[in-house]
Amino acid sequence: MKPRATVATDAERTEGRTAVPSGEDNSDEDGARARSRASGPPARPSKRRGKKTKAPFEPGGITRRLRFRRDRTLILMTVPAMVLLLVFNYIPLLGNVVAFQDYDVYDLGITGSPFVGFDNFTRIFEDHRFWEVLLNTLVIFLTQLILFFPIPIAIALLLNTIMSARVRAWVQAIVYLPHFFSWVLVVTVFQQMFGGAGLVAQWLREHGHEGFDLMTNPGFFKFLVTSQAIWKDAGWGVIVFLAALAAVNTDLYEAAAVDGAGRWRRMWHVTLPALRPVIALLLVLRVGSALNLDFEQILLQRDQVGAGASEILDTYIWWTGIKTGDFGYAAAAGIFKGLFSVAMVLGANKVAHMMGEQGVYSKK
Amino acid sequence: MTTLLDTEKDGRPSARPTAERTRTPLQRALRTEHRPVWEEEPTKAGLAFKGVGLFAICAVILVPIWVVVVTSLSDTKAINEAGGLVVWPKTVTFVAYTELLSGGAVTRAALVSIGLTVVGTVFSMVISVLCAYGLSRKDSFAHRPLLMTMMATMFFGAGLIPTYLLVTGIGLSDSYWSMILPSAISVFNILVLRGFFMDTAPELIDAARIDGAGEWRILLQIIMPLSRAVIAVISLFYAVGYWSQWFNAMLYIQDSDKYPLQMILRQLVLQHQVPPGAMGAAVSSGQINSLSVQMAVMVLALIPVAVLSPFVQKHFQKGMLTGAVKG
Repeated sequence: MKPRATVATDAERTEGRTAVPSGEDNSDEDGARARSRASGPPARPSKRRGKKTKAPFEPGGITRRLRFRRDRTLILMTVPAMVLLLVFNYIPLLGNVVAFQDYDVYDLGITGSPFVGFDNFTRIFEDHRFWEVLLNTLVIFLTQLILFFPIPIAIALLLNTIMSARVRAWVQAIVYLPHFFSWVLVVTVFQQMFGGAGLVAQWLREHGHEGFDLMTNPGFFKFLVTSQAIWKDAGWGVIVFLAALAAVNTDLYEAAAVDGAGRWRRMWHVTLPALRPVIALLLVLRVGSALNLDFEQILLQRDQVGAGASEILDTYIWWTGIKTGDFGYAAAAGIFKGLFSVAMVLGANKVAHMMGEQGVYSKK
Repeated sequence: MTTLLDTEKDGRPSARPTAERTRTPLQRALRTEHRPVWEEEPTKAGLAFKGVGLFAICAVILVPIWVVVVTSLSDTKAINEAGGLVVWPKTVTFVAYTELLSGGAVTRAALVSIGLTVVGTVFSMVISVLCAYGLSRKDSFAHRPLLMTMMATMFFGAGLIPTYLLVTGIGLSDSYWSMILPSAISVFNILVLRGFFMDTAPELIDAARIDGAGEWRILLQIIMPLSRAVIAVISLFYAVGYWSQWFNAMLYIQDSDKYPLQMILRQLVLQHQVPPGAMGAAVSSGQINSLSVQMAVMVLALIPVAVLSPFVQKHFQKGMLTGAVKG
């Protein structure tokens, strides 16, 4: 915009397309010259349909009422989505009042149930089962973070060194595939491989060993869910890193090679630094959603493994609320989870800023 | 291009003359035009490592799928001989599939899933495309508050309990809509679409407007045809979401006639319950092995995604990244 100076500005203004911000971005003298040359009314609000107005101008050069009239179709288009969000995201938010009630589903409902203040929260904090579940959630999360996170990076680095576009496309097609499988399917596939009647147990029995059943082993559960997550989504995670790798300036590699850096040093000093912001961003997001493990995945296996090893915060909320009917307690646990998650995002982002990375939102 | 590079290289005093002479045919084949001149040729060990790595990655994903498919196609004899799962196909028979699809609970569930996926995807796409286009002009009325209203929902959810109380409270339990409405739109998908729509050349839109086109016509005749790729990707995302739906069905659906395929799959394989009418007389009389029936249900659940996703694969990267980053 800037280098094209007055002519471009003028042309665009008469075309009536200049968006509000870019129009105002031009330095004042540009704007002034453009305006003085155009012999129309001062500061024409030449917006899309070139509607004329004598009303006082907003920064956009057009009144709110006119902007509304101009954009009413656009606003109309967003209505269905906004209604859905309102009904299924914002109204339930108000439904969280049951956390402060002695909620009775059958007779009283939300409007009639008596308020009990913070009783539900005190019950949570005094319940040692709740703390066990929270700890278990964090343990599973950490296992996943440590074992899962490096794998997409490794696959991306490997794929990036493959020159043949055809091989790359095939491998990508294969590694992306399990991402589109449902959790039910993934868990059943694991059941057929590692369950008591699965392929591995079957092979071991044929060769005279004891069969085993990883699917019902509580001690192994955190590694089981991690390997399922890796099987399903590690390939999909590659996309982000491949894009970041494709954006690296190849001149850097050439310069490094000319300076005598071999392939490992180029990877260490060029590739990995280029990935750093992406890694930081994904880490922040991941830590921020620490309590949002894959609910479906774990709920599917809760019966087999037993609630002791497999209960996470989400399944605990589901169990206490929907299964045993203690809605107030479960909703309070849900609020705790929400606040805890927000604190985790903010905390992780703060750490990222301290390490000089940008994080999810920039520091302003 | 290759020849040009080669002559250039030969004409110059080569840095590694011995390496040039001792190139194996494999290495010569690897000197593609994509490889820049300054880059070393791959070592044999490196190549072997990469080959093994790629092979292992692909095998880990494909072998389980292969075993499932082969077992679903095996007859009772082959399954008994193998002692369970079949790795190498001996006979190929489709009895398990004909049995499942000749009526009964699995056929019903498959039809429910197909119906949900088609209706749900169309519903979600219409709403998402409209919303994305409505928000695609940065200077439009109330653009910022509307966008913020949407994006805020990405950072907090209402929680399971209030959502459950709402959905059952407005009478959606045991209705097919309970599997569509609560998760009908994904804000992330809308932002991706919006990012693409914003990238459409403004000249095209201006030209259309000068010719008298309104917003609807611009959306339908200019924007949509230009955004076919991203629309395909987002449709796939929504369709996969509906097809994989299990949790909403488990929460809100009690009537087993309305179960989608994933519910039946879970009952059969994980809970070892046979839904009434899922397996006919052929299974109980031992003509068809119940294992191959389980596998056949798994194959039914994976076929649609396995067939569709490679078609839109080349757009994934663009679709995932371009749109999401615009404020």
